Amino acid sequence: MAPRPCAVLGIGQTKYKRRRDDVTLDGLVREATLRALEDAGATFDDIDAIVIGKAPDALEGVMMPLLSLCDALGAIGKPIHRVHTAGSVGASTSISAVNLVESGMYDTVLTVAYEKQSEGNATWALSGGKSGGQGAGGTFAPWIRNYIARSKAPEHIGWMVAVKDRLNALKNEYAHLHLPDISIEKVRESPMLWDPLHFLESCPSSDGAAAMVLGNDDIARKSGRPPAWVISHAKRTEFGQFPGRDTVRPQAGVECSEALYRKVGITNPREQIDCAELYVPFSWYEPMWLEGHLIAEEGEGWKMTDAGDTELGGSFPVNMSGGVLSSNPIGASGMIRCLEAANQVRGTAGEYQVPGAKISIGHAYGGAAQYYAMWMVSSELNPVF
Amino acid sequence: MVSLAEDVAIVAFAQTASHAHFNDSEPAMIMPCVNSVIEQVGMDRHDIDFTIAGSCDYLSGMPFAFVMNIDAVGAWPPVYESHVEMDGAWALFEGFVRLQSGDIDTVLVSGSGKCSPGSYREGFSLQTDPYVHAPIGLDPRTQAGFQAQALIAAGKATERDFAEVVARSHANAKANPYAQLSGDRSVDDLLAEPYVQQPLRRLDCPPTSDGAAAMVIARADKARELSDNPVWIRAVDHRIESHHPTLRDLTDSPSVRIAAERVGLHDGPVDIAELTVTYSPEEIILRDALGLNGDTAVNPSGGPLTGSPFMAVGLTRVIELARAIANGDGRRGVAHASSGPALQQNLLCVLEGDG
Repeated sequence: MAPRPCAVLGIGQTKYKRRRDDVTLDGLVREATLRALEDAGATFDDIDAIVIGKAPDALEGVMMPLLSLCDALGAIGKPIHRVHTAGSVGASTSISAVNLVESGMYDTVLTVAYEKQSEGNATWALSGGKSGGQGAGGTFAPWIRNYIARSKAPEHIGWMVAVKDRLNALKNEYAHLHLPDISIEKVRESPMLWDPLHFLESCPSSDGAAAMVLGNDDIARKSGRPPAWVISHAKRTEFGQFPGRDTVRPQAGVECSEALYRKVGITNPREQIDCAELYVPFSWYEPMWLEGHLIAEEGEGWKMTDAGDTELGGSFPVNMSGGVLSSNPIGASGMIRCLEAANQVRGTAGEYQVPGAKISIGHAYGGAAQYYAMWMVSSELNPVF
Repeated sequence: MVSLAEDVAIVAFAQTASHAHFNDSEPAMIMPCVNSVIEQVGMDRHDIDFTIAGSCDYLSGMPFAFVMNIDAVGAWPPVYESHVEMDGAWALFEGFVRLQSGDIDTVLVSGSGKCSPGSYREGFSLQTDPYVHAPIGLDPRTQAGFQAQALIAAGKATERDFAEVVARSHANAKANPYAQLSGDRSVDDLLAEPYVQQPLRRLDCPPTSDGAAAMVIARADKARELSDNPVWIRAVDHRIESHHPTLRDLTDSPSVRIAAERVGLHDGPVDIAELTVTYSPEEIILRDALGLNGDTAVNPSGGPLTGSPFMAVGLTRVIELARAIANGDGRRGVAHASSGPALQQNLLCVLEGDG
């Protein structure tokens, strides 16, 4: 049997903020869930199964939180399971939900991801539970320096990404950071956190949740909502450390995108994909992933950024919603990439819509840049490349 | 019953003994299981299409603990892989679902957990609602005590019934080389023990255990190629109940009743039931909700009362059932996994022998 076609039929997001102390964890996930159901024209009765994802439980101090969130998610009497694949989890949760629909066993699936980082200490958790740890920026900065050395990229590339994504975020009501006066100078003058990353080149720490309603082709037809067909998805994992590992362009990331493109016959991603939501928690990861996911040749990714190709209105827009640099509830960030890619091909991206977008990708990575999850969405079920 | 696109079978399985304290890392527990199942199917590990693991950061006492566990799988060159923060039985669920798409043939499933380094009651109390229940330390044993007391109050069971479950489980475990506890114990002797959580006594509760389990599942054609004696997974379903104990009838398991119907449990004989009986009263609830009668052998392995490595224990139930069916001890049976306090979430898996 071939996989059953699967489409995104409803999208829900909370406002992302430093501190959502107006809601409990239950209230947070329910807010995104109710919006996704409303967008899909569905109710809890329509949901056959739920897949939930988030980053480590230690971020909020709740062990296996699906057990306490199941009531708020309308999951009582239903199947619900929890995915955890480090920073890539939001995207891999989305993909697990697609698997449920593609299996033919479940017609309509709700998927939810969240983080409420204000209830814990994210840098402590991201340092493997070690106080005074290096955090994610400390892990990635040396690899970014290596990228700069290899690619000969000028230092302003990182600042450009930081400005571009914050300007995009001004068009997105859900984005955490709204910095209307952002500028290259402000980024450059902001405190150095992990050389070469300045404060304004780093993602914020956010509270927030994201949700999607996915359905098979019959449900999509009946719903009357614009579908985003999930035409391809891929995941790859590799070890975090071993001699000879390429930490700038990890092989798992290359193979993940190869698998993603191969399945639908994409041979020239730069031309055949209209826009992308890539997981860029630190500015330099935009050019690194353009190369690492085969959208640009090696050493050429930063030139796309420099030429303005990745801006809204450019030839290959990246992170139209403002990206992880503007909102980062870690466990949800990958799902936000996936649902923002879906927003583009559904034509529901509002002020940050790429006109005529038909094919888009959502991407996330995690761990020591060792976990990858990607999906490709299309306005048509069977696009021809 | 849900109709399936693909027939799927278990073609290899392995488990560690249930250790009171495994004096090495979690990957060191998983690796022998993974190596064993790879050897059993005679494949190169790189030819496994998809890998999925179940484990829990909180048991290891550290965020991202599961990342270490990929050492046991071998993630170079890169692998197509995922992880659930749940018992390995839910990894099996996702692996089984993944095979239904028909585009891949084999899945490596594992589950692992080490309880011994930490305080299980303290850690698992964090599974409860973080605003109301967790701050008062509402741990799983306390909730199991509520459940036991509710059964007694409803006239559905007595402390003697609990002791009989314990006595039979420990006697059955004598034949199980993986069991941590076993032996002949009289019901009267058990009833003479002091309470640890009234009305529960020490052996009504599980031991602290470390362990791991793994299996390879495959689509039909591949399964026949890889095994002379595949054990077929006829259905998997799982359901959850409210997190709030006062919103539940603790003497019943409506989630098990739904799952039993969804897996078509009584569409055929149920020769064997391997149940995640973490506390002895749970067996009484599960037998009733599953509609089991005297024809079904319940926990011939001894079950979790004789060895309970959390995050592997549910997957181990599936393995114990698969082994019994492969050995011809029965033709068809059900394995049960549970998550959360007082049987909050339950998974059923129906297995059937070949031919």
